Amino acid sequence: MTATDPSRALPLDPSVAPPGTRNFRDAGGIPADRWHADQNEETLVPTHCCFCGVQCGMYLRVDRAGKVFGVEPRNHDINRMRLCPKGINAYQQVNHPDRLTAPLMRRNRDEPFREVSWEEALDHTVAEIRRIQGEYGNDAFGLLGGASLFSEKTYLVGKFARVALRTKHVDYNGRLCMVSAAGANKLAFGIDRAGNPFSDILLTDCLLIAGSNVGECFPVMTQYLWGARDRGASLIVVDPRQTAIARTADVHVALKPGTDSAFFNAVLHVIVAEGLTDEAYLAAHATGWDEVRATVAEYPPSRSARICGVPEEQIVQVARMFAGAGKAMAWHARGVEHHSQGVENCLTIINLCVATGNIGKPGAGYGTITGQGNGQGGREHGQKSDLLPGGRSISNPEHRRQICEIWGIEESELPPAGTSMMEMVWQMQRAEIRGLIGICNNPFVSLPNYATVKEGYDTLQFHAQFDFFLSETAANAHVVFPVTVWAEDEGVMANAEARVVKHNKAQEPPAGVRTDTWVICELAKRLGAGDKFAFPDSRSVFEELRIASAGTVNDYYGITYERLEETGGISWPCPTTEHPGTPRLFEDGRTYHPDGRIHLQVVEWHPPMDPYSEEYPLSLTTGRTVAHFLSGNQTRRLGALVEQTPRPWVEVHPSHGFRNGDPVRVVTRRGSEVFPALVTEAIRPDTVFVPYHWPVPTAANALTVDALDPRSKIPEYKVCAARIEAAERVDEVPAPPTAPGQLAYPETQVSRTDPLPPTSPQGRGTAERS
Amino acid sequence: MMGRTIFIDPGRCIGCQACVSACRECDSHRGKSMIHLDYPDEGHSVASLPTVCMHCEDPVAPCAEVCPADAILVTADGVVQQADTTRCIGCANCVNACPFGVPKIDLQAKLQMKCNLCYDRTAYGLAPMCATVCPTGALFYGTIDELRAERPGVQVADSFTFGSTTVTTGVAMVVPADKVQWPVPGGLPVVEINGRDVR
Ligand code: SF4
Ligand code: SF4
Repeated sequence: MTATDPSRALPLDPSVAPPGTRNFRDAGGIPADRWHADQNEETLVPTHCCFCGVQCGMYLRVDRAGKVFGVEPRNHDINRMRLCPKGINAYQQVNHPDRLTAPLMRRNRDEPFREVSWEEALDHTVAEIRRIQGEYGNDAFGLLGGASLFSEKTYLVGKFARVALRTKHVDYNGRLCMVSAAGANKLAFGIDRAGNPFSDILLTDCLLIAGSNVGECFPVMTQYLWGARDRGASLIVVDPRQTAIARTADVHVALKPGTDSAFFNAVLHVIVAEGLTDEAYLAAHATGWDEVRATVAEYPPSRSARICGVPEEQIVQVARMFAGAGKAMAWHARGVEHHSQGVENCLTIINLCVATGNIGKPGAGYGTITGQGNGQGGREHGQKSDLLPGGRSISNPEHRRQICEIWGIEESELPPAGTSMMEMVWQMQRAEIRGLIGICNNPFVSLPNYATVKEGYDTLQFHAQFDFFLSETAANAHVVFPVTVWAEDEGVMANAEARVVKHNKAQEPPAGVRTDTWVICELAKRLGAGDKFAFPDSRSVFEELRIASAGTVNDYYGITYERLEETGGISWPCPTTEHPGTPRLFEDGRTYHPDGRIHLQVVEWHPPMDPYSEEYPLSLTTGRTVAHFLSGNQTRRLGALVEQTPRPWVEVHPSHGFRNGDPVRVVTRRGSEVFPALVTEAIRPDTVFVPYHWPVPTAANALTVDALDPRSKIPEYKVCAARIEAAERVDEVPAPPTAPGQLAYPETQVSRTDPLPPTSPQGRGTAERS
Repeated sequence: MMGRTIFIDPGRCIGCQACVSACRECDSHRGKSMIHLDYPDEGHSVASLPTVCMHCEDPVAPCAEVCPADAILVTADGVVQQADTTRCIGCANCVNACPFGVPKIDLQAKLQMKCNLCYDRTAYGLAPMCATVCPTGALFYGTIDELRAERPGVQVADSFTFGSTTVTTGVAMVVPADKVQWPVPGGLPVVEINGRDVR
């Protein structure tokens, strides 16, 4: 934690302060830990935002009855008091009237749910697991986790699947997030994380941001970006849309969706042609440079400019800016990763950094900006189908042996690698997977090609879902387990810098609600694996996780709860309890490959998987808005956020002849939906954009294609072929599955069927404008 | 120029509305936001611009001057307070008088509401909620020296002309270094945005 700035503490006049966090203010913003802050016996609990991969620090305000009722900004290293609207409103979900507080059950999908006891729900679930596995084999039952879970829980999900369910079918929704970047980083560097901490951005001379709408998806990161620019750093933004940060960038490359690798290859072509590479660095630290150089020779700016739909001069300009800067950094996100060549797109960016010697130095390096809060930590400890704890490979005999020893099982009992999240849905469609437990995910909104997803889930004989609100996916299940929100439990998450931070418990869960840990352990007990799941709390899981990761690249051994509370976060690898952690990688010039070198990879651009045609001439691309998170299961219930962005829209260029608010039908090979038009020059004429946080009939993912990257198996959300046409009326935004209830601020409730688009492409509503 | 104040830098604003949400969390008018965002170049650009109370200094707060109930107090440190609820009659004179469109009337309560620079926080040396959370620093709270230490060479303006009247404000606006003008034209018709004629 950063120290208080004493100059900010002015002489106090207690008579002007209304009741509130008075002592918090006395101390200039830093309260003593969990100490009663005022005469109302209000307590401030230090924790972090539950939403995105920035993991902003915050205090939750807890009243004397022990209920969370507000938020105070926290001067944590990561965010230095800053928060985005999601973070500010996050506390409202803790005591939200839509919370599930009793297990729900039904025998058939056409029956209504009835509230049942925990015993009945757990026993029924276990009976169904036994029935399905008895009839069709262990692999007929699958488990899908989530990357918003604490790392302890993701560890449990992986262990539960392999040890209690004995199925190979376990995966998680981080598969929809940054696995392409993870794959690329692993290939190039042998380690799956960003190379530099956010604070390095402040030191760079040139910042390249590719496929990342930082202003909306990671708003609090913009303070680093502006800190760099205040020092004179230049900013290059590569994005089909004019996003808020692209608006003020030195260069905004508005390339056609799905052409990133052609663009970055051309940039490297120019860097080579102009003699701007760092040959000494390449010779000392990289392999594969000759092949990469030969490949980029085939991508002169004239060729890539045609593919990408950008001016040739821009390619040259970007090359000179990036390679000519003293220290340059590249950060990317889903815009380059959500593609059928997502891994390759990331590799072309890595090639750029390595070829210019911008690796492993303050202000020079690369990073991937995780979407979900624990997108980074969510896959590190065995929740992903091909990984065991500590990022070990499930196909590596030595790695298998190590984990079996820790888990106390025979190696022959440990299943092999399973398939990815989307592939599991296809297997459900084909009735290869017949039973499923979903934890902390909402594929009905988040997966591409909704019709396929619905069919897959409908084919399941049994489906249980853990959640704290009845998501669209949970509403389709047989059993729903009501579990805690983040503020009712403790645990760790790893943010986009691979900095592990600790979330603290701020209030007791409502009666009837249990932690995910408890539910998983109870299921395991009933499946006969209770001895391997004797975890009373998160801390006990974390202690096993530390041991299970020791000695691996993802080493958490030196990280303890106590150290996390003292330090404000430790970046892994951290092998001993004295080790300070590793905020910046490769400072000694060595990577995590056995030869210590960077393995550069050749990339040839190929067009997106859903081909353009006369019928479908446009690119449809999708993304986030600042007010909503992922599938919106949480944020679509918070009044202020709903008010800010009540509904999705389609962003179209004025050349299509629509006026603001006109109903526009967006048609792809998967279906069609009608959105109000938001007419703006901020998007390419050949591209349309729809934000994706809503369910059908306003679901962008009813239109997107379920093509996958062959290596990372990430869906190609960011581009598919589409056309637009005039429609009669817009599709109404569906109400959430349960009644929205009394939102925190009833006076700010807006109609969810409001047909109007927001006035600005930045996705902001208008309600505050009077 | 007053001491510690808000500086608004619209060039940085990403339109995220964190300020709007944060304003609702302030203890002095919990649940209501006193900030609004403007989108000055809709359809062409994603530009956005937060409007907070400018805490007018000269002439002293037009809203306070026109208040028939004398409900709007200007404190010695230049903060124009929200109307005193025991005096306010909800007549909306202040709404009409404000050149920046800041005060609002809560129609149900028949009371005025406006930004009071989070007096419950600033009196204790903390930044107002909006400027605390603003991720980009488009809203910055501190002294001009603190601002310049972070953003070398930054130019600010605190006078705005509306026709023949010039208003000097306690809150200042960051302006492009090459376009610094004293005073900043406030109410004059806009003729050009981003090089485009918008008359
Ligand atoms: S959503 Fe992300 S940027 Fe916003 S407050 Fe939470 S962690 Fe910070
Ligand atoms: S919080 Fe800052 S960046 Fe966000 S809308 Fe408000 S002024 Fe703009």
